[in-house]
Amino acid sequence: MLTRFLLMGLDKKAGVLLAVLAVLAVAVPVMALAAPPDSPWHLSTHTVALLGKYLCFALLAVALDLVWGYVGILSLGHAAFFALGGYAMGMYLMRQIGPRGVYGHPVLPDFMVFLNWQELPWYWHGFDQFWFAALMVVAVPGVLAFAFGWFAFRSRVTGVYLSIITQALTFALMLAFFRNDMGFGGNNGLTDFKTILGFDIQAPETRVGLFVATVVALAAGYTLASCVVASKLGKVLVAVRDAESRVRFLGYETERYKLFAWTLSACMAGVAGALYVPQVGIINPSEFSAASSIEAVIWVAVGGRGTLAGAVLGAVLVNFGKSYFTAALPELWLFALGGLFVLVTLFLPKGLLGLAAQVKGRWPSGRAMAAKPAGQKGI
Amino acid sequence: MSAEDTLLYLDGVSVSFDGFRALNSLSLIIEPGEMRAIIGPNGAGKTTMMDVITGKTRPDTGTILFEGGTDLTALREAGIANLGIGRKFQRPTVFEMHTVWDNLELALKAPRRPLKTLTYSATRDDRARIEEILDITGLSPKRDRQAGSLSHGEKQWLEIGMLLAQDPKLLLVDEPVAGMTDAETEQTARLLKDIAGKHSVIVVEHDMAFVRELGVKVTVLHEGSVLAEGSLDAVSANQQVVDVYLGR
Ligand SMILES: Nc1ncnc2c1ncn2[C@@H]1O[C@H](COP(=O)(O)OP(=O)(O)OP(=O)(O)O)[C@@H](O)[C@H]1O
Ligand SMILES: [Mg+2]
Repeated sequence: MLTRFLLMGLDKKAGVLLAVLAVLAVAVPVMALAAPPDSPWHLSTHTVALLGKYLCFALLAVALDLVWGYVGILSLGHAAFFALGGYAMGMYLMRQIGPRGVYGHPVLPDFMVFLNWQELPWYWHGFDQFWFAALMVVAVPGVLAFAFGWFAFRSRVTGVYLSIITQALTFALMLAFFRNDMGFGGNNGLTDFKTILGFDIQAPETRVGLFVATVVALAAGYTLASCVVASKLGKVLVAVRDAESRVRFLGYETERYKLFAWTLSACMAGVAGALYVPQVGIINPSEFSAASSIEAVIWVAVGGRGTLAGAVLGAVLVNFGKSYFTAALPELWLFALGGLFVLVTLFLPKGLLGLAAQVKGRWPSGRAMAAKPAGQKGI
Repeated sequence: MSAEDTLLYLDGVSVSFDGFRALNSLSLIIEPGEMRAIIGPNGAGKTTMMDVITGKTRPDTGTILFEGGTDLTALREAGIANLGIGRKFQRPTVFEMHTVWDNLELALKAPRRPLKTLTYSATRDDRARIEEILDITGLSPKRDRQAGSLSHGEKQWLEIGMLLAQDPKLLLVDEPVAGMTDAETEQTARLLKDIAGKHSVIVVEHDMAFVRELGVKVTVLHEGSVLAEGSLDAVSANQQVVDVYLGR
């Protein structure tokens, strides 16, 4: 049954993407570790981390596309799930520091010693175990999304109102995480990590290992999302997006479907955040900012909403542009991003993938169910 | 007749929108296997009646029972649909981004829970049933077309096909022949009569030729309540009905 499920989900786009990821998983380690540093083929650890970061964002974009592109839930708070996954990983990395902190306390992270705390808050227990942290990476965003979705979907909040409360959710979390007494390091967040699973987090080998882990996570997340949208459940999701009340009259509890996709998406975002933190070396409350969530929406829109592959493409391209711009013309980046969003919304409603399909003289067929035609409403 | 023997039992159902009474103490009984035509002027409350039966609108007062015992006013849309009440909307609503086939597959009687649909694959029987419905509705050549690209009449047929796929005990059909040619109208009448043998059907329609074709008991709604009930000939002879509806 699982094979059939997989076969159904793996179309041509998925094949291309998985092939590219497979190449990256081999080429990047070779270029980073085997190529001599003076060779033009050599990749610095900095570049490896940067590529890893792009792929984390790509996974976040896939998660967002699952709910926005296929269920029509425009989440303006997906960075919250990403950041929660990141914090769970960050807490593990803090506990890994152990007595090697500046203050040399055997258990307490530096910021707690600095705040004169005497013992570890209860919610920090267990994070010295990797398996526990890994579980929390998925469970914390998942449970929060489930609870949020349970109330929001049951009260039939939709459209702009739903978007606004997702934004409120991430904003509230940001304010909470900024507070020192919350026990998450306040506005400095969690940083100065030393080791992960006992490996030196700065070592090129560890960086490469984290990169490969990210490739694997993205491949798995993409495959899962691809299989979900290809299943009958995926067809129900698209039907909910286009005419929710009609779906109810067919006997589907649409709330459950939305809740399923929403929670799955949040878990995927959490994994993305968890892989992001060891590669960038820090997690702080700014990850919860409204802008982070909105940027993710732009990646998906640029790549092509409702295509999954477009989400990956958009995330990588926009972030590549961001790296370039913030180095060359930092003050222009926000204008470029805003302009890009306006241009895509006006001229490329189906994103780059839609454009590619148009150039080839046909729309994406079958599974590539892009945004619904304008003017069509539910009942 | 007691409520227990009925398929659908409405008693004293009222609905107001901002003080305007769309349904005014409406009472109606449908027996198992019965087909009923509902006629009445625009705004009489015909669609609103279907809305309260299917859970789209909650009645302010009144009783709605299905199969003698189940209180429909306590249930939500999906729950009511799963009891076996299917509906075709006045404005045809199909899933435009899905193919004709997928529309039918979504409607097809099958477990409705997410984990069941996640692992669903059409059985041989399911496919045969969809093929059969494609034949009945004449949509076989268009099975792989996006539903959004169908003509208005074809969408009507697809929606009727989806009702068949759902296989409900009670079908509520709102203006099924609006926008159809005479030939199509006749075909639709035949199809509905076919269905009526195994299911109960409530049809709302303005097209009198079509209602005559059905040849079933007619209920005339006016200002949210029943004005007359009987054969089409009997209600056509009713002076009040002529005044408010047929004569205009
Ligand atoms: N959701 C609503 N809000 C406000 N008024 C409504 C609503 N639904 C229906 N109405 C009003 O209730 C009255 C009955 O409407 P309904 O659609 O049931 O009529 P109908 O008999 O189906 O008419 P038609 O033959 O035109 O389809 C109309 O005056 C309509 O404007
Ligand atoms: Mg009506």
